[in-house]
Amino acid sequence: MAAMSTKTPAKKAAPTADAYKKLGAPKLLKIHELMVRARLLEERLIKMSKGGDGFFWIGGPGEEAFNVPLGLQIKKGHGVNFDFLHLHYRSAAIVMSMGAKPIDALRQMRSVATDPYSKGRNFVNHYAIPELNVVPVSPTIETQYSTAIGTGIAQARAKTDAATVVNGGDAGTAEGDFHSCLVWANRPALPLPILIVVVNNGWGISTAAKTQHGEEKISDWAKVFPGMPGKTIDGNDVLESWTALEEAFAYVRKNRKPYLLEVRASRLYGHSSSSGANRIPETDCIELLEKAMVQKGLAKAADFKKTWDKEAAALDEAHKTVKAEPFPAVETVWEDVFADGLPPSYPTKGGS
Amino acid sequence: MANMAQAIRMALHYGEQNLGVTEIFGEDVGPPLGGVFTATQGLEKAWNAPLDERGIIGAALGLAWAGGRPVAEIQFVDYIFNVIDMLKLAANGHWSSGGRYKTPLVVMTPTGSGIHGSMYHSHSFDSIATKLHGMKVVCPSTPIDAYGLMLAAIKSNDPVLFLKPKALLRSKGEELIPGEPDEKTLHDMIDAPLGDRTKWKAKWPKLTDYTVEIGKAKISHAGTDATIVTHGRMAPLCLELARRFEKEGKGSLEVLDLRSLIPYDWEAIKASVKKTGRVIFVNEETEITNFAEHLIRRLVDECFYELRVRPRLLAGKATPGIALSPNLEYFIQPQAKDVERAVSELLADPA
Repeated sequence: MAAMSTKTPAKKAAPTADAYKKLGAPKLLKIHELMVRARLLEERLIKMSKGGDGFFWIGGPGEEAFNVPLGLQIKKGHGVNFDFLHLHYRSAAIVMSMGAKPIDALRQMRSVATDPYSKGRNFVNHYAIPELNVVPVSPTIETQYSTAIGTGIAQARAKTDAATVVNGGDAGTAEGDFHSCLVWANRPALPLPILIVVVNNGWGISTAAKTQHGEEKISDWAKVFPGMPGKTIDGNDVLESWTALEEAFAYVRKNRKPYLLEVRASRLYGHSSSSGANRIPETDCIELLEKAMVQKGLAKAADFKKTWDKEAAALDEAHKTVKAEPFPAVETVWEDVFADGLPPSYPTKGGS
Repeated sequence: MANMAQAIRMALHYGEQNLGVTEIFGEDVGPPLGGVFTATQGLEKAWNAPLDERGIIGAALGLAWAGGRPVAEIQFVDYIFNVIDMLKLAANGHWSSGGRYKTPLVVMTPTGSGIHGSMYHSHSFDSIATKLHGMKVVCPSTPIDAYGLMLAAIKSNDPVLFLKPKALLRSKGEELIPGEPDEKTLHDMIDAPLGDRTKWKAKWPKLTDYTVEIGKAKISHAGTDATIVTHGRMAPLCLELARRFEKEGKGSLEVLDLRSLIPYDWEAIKASVKKTGRVIFVNEETEITNFAEHLIRRLVDECFYELRVRPRLLAGKATPGIALSPNLEYFIQPQAKDVERAVSELLADPA
């Protein structure tokens, strides 16, 4: 799919062989390794869900070509001088690229006591990583576009080049929160440095986007706001994603204003375990990258096999570890109800 | 004597100067209006948001996660219903993240009836608010408590819903706020003038820290014959009745002003009921699944043998809204005469 630009701050050519060489084989191999890690993780999580080693699965296999470059371009850290991420549940490849460990996702899937993101309370792929400014992921659709406003305000007030990144799906753009984010990010009183990402896989669970949305492109919503860049890209293409993200981040960091990026991507295992989580014959971004790198002489098939084998073996080990870990004790449900502590007379019996 | 709106304004000023309040915002919260009830006039950090309740609460959440202590306003509690899931996120964020993210934010909003507000300016939200587990809920009935609870809410590391009884926002209290000057001086210092306000700046009295601990009720009138558990708009009506009954020799009433709904002061409720053996809960919420019904159930569980008569509830009638016509509103919502009738029946109930 060719890049479809609505209004862009700078013209950009489609990725060429030169673009691959410019990014370089070591970087591309690193990207590939992270894509494989995220893909194998998701496939392991699906197996766990189907094998009774956890319950519901939802994730983002198929989005790695965009999500890995995004994770790698994040200004990582804690506080307003670093990027904030308001993610949805298809973001494993983003957090893996920022240094999160696959074993912790397995822990959340199995809902064991060691689950660092929710202590066995939330679905898998619902991260909360304060040291990386990843705010709590919620199963609610699109609310992250409203919370992004807040970190955006904090960063607009600070002297920093840090940005807020929010992502979600195409179906959720029908919600008011998406439009809240656009309106608030473009307030003349205080424009906000938010990279607004919409990953368009063409589906909302079982409902085709084309039956519900008359917009030609979701990025066209940017046209409403004078000067706001909006762009639609092929998210199955690593190079196009990398370049578009560089451009978008550069704009947001420098101008302290929002940028809307629509990313067309595959949904390789359907919506979630609720729809079977079986492989769907859509474009596979990892296959595309491997093919392109071999064609351009940047890697050999054997190199890729090593990566797949190494990542799979690491997951096997991690899974073994997690299976031996205990489930949370029931008393822990009273931890964290209030940050200031549970009042002694708070009702805890569940009735009479 | 400051009214409740002035007290809240002074607390917010103290908060922005001393407690790290970074943003105070909502619809018409900033200049020139300073809030539809004037509770945010003259504040340095107050600003106007778009007319978007979801964005307002979302912004507050993001600001809190970024390390701030925001105070956001929903202009009337009647408009809060389309942000319940955002409030749930605020309430459950600490728990769902395994304690990794604190959410120190305050959402303030005028609540209840009493200003002829009809269908969408008279709602109570108390009972639904108490179902947002993880959220603290406070509701003052006097200016001094409004000041102290606001400072406590700002200091809290948990999200706090600060319900402002709109019928009491112009009412004055009996206790001075620490640092409060005489009424006229206060008016000249912090009330925005009518007309052009572009050059006006508030002059603030030297205020001090005064905190009402969240979760602590107040015995506003001590008594021995019956307990009235109340809060918000109904609290002054109950206090007035207790004073009159005492004077007229009709009974010794203990009025417990909850001030905090979550967490509620269970020890204070229990202690008072054990003393009097008679209790009535008085609030403006509708009677179906009223918050006080939970308290009554817990009393039956834990104080059954101390109760001399059945516990009672005086609440709003379960109509789809509050009607505009005064005779209808006064029928739907408890009024002073209803409190007197219900309390008299409680006192007369044979043990």
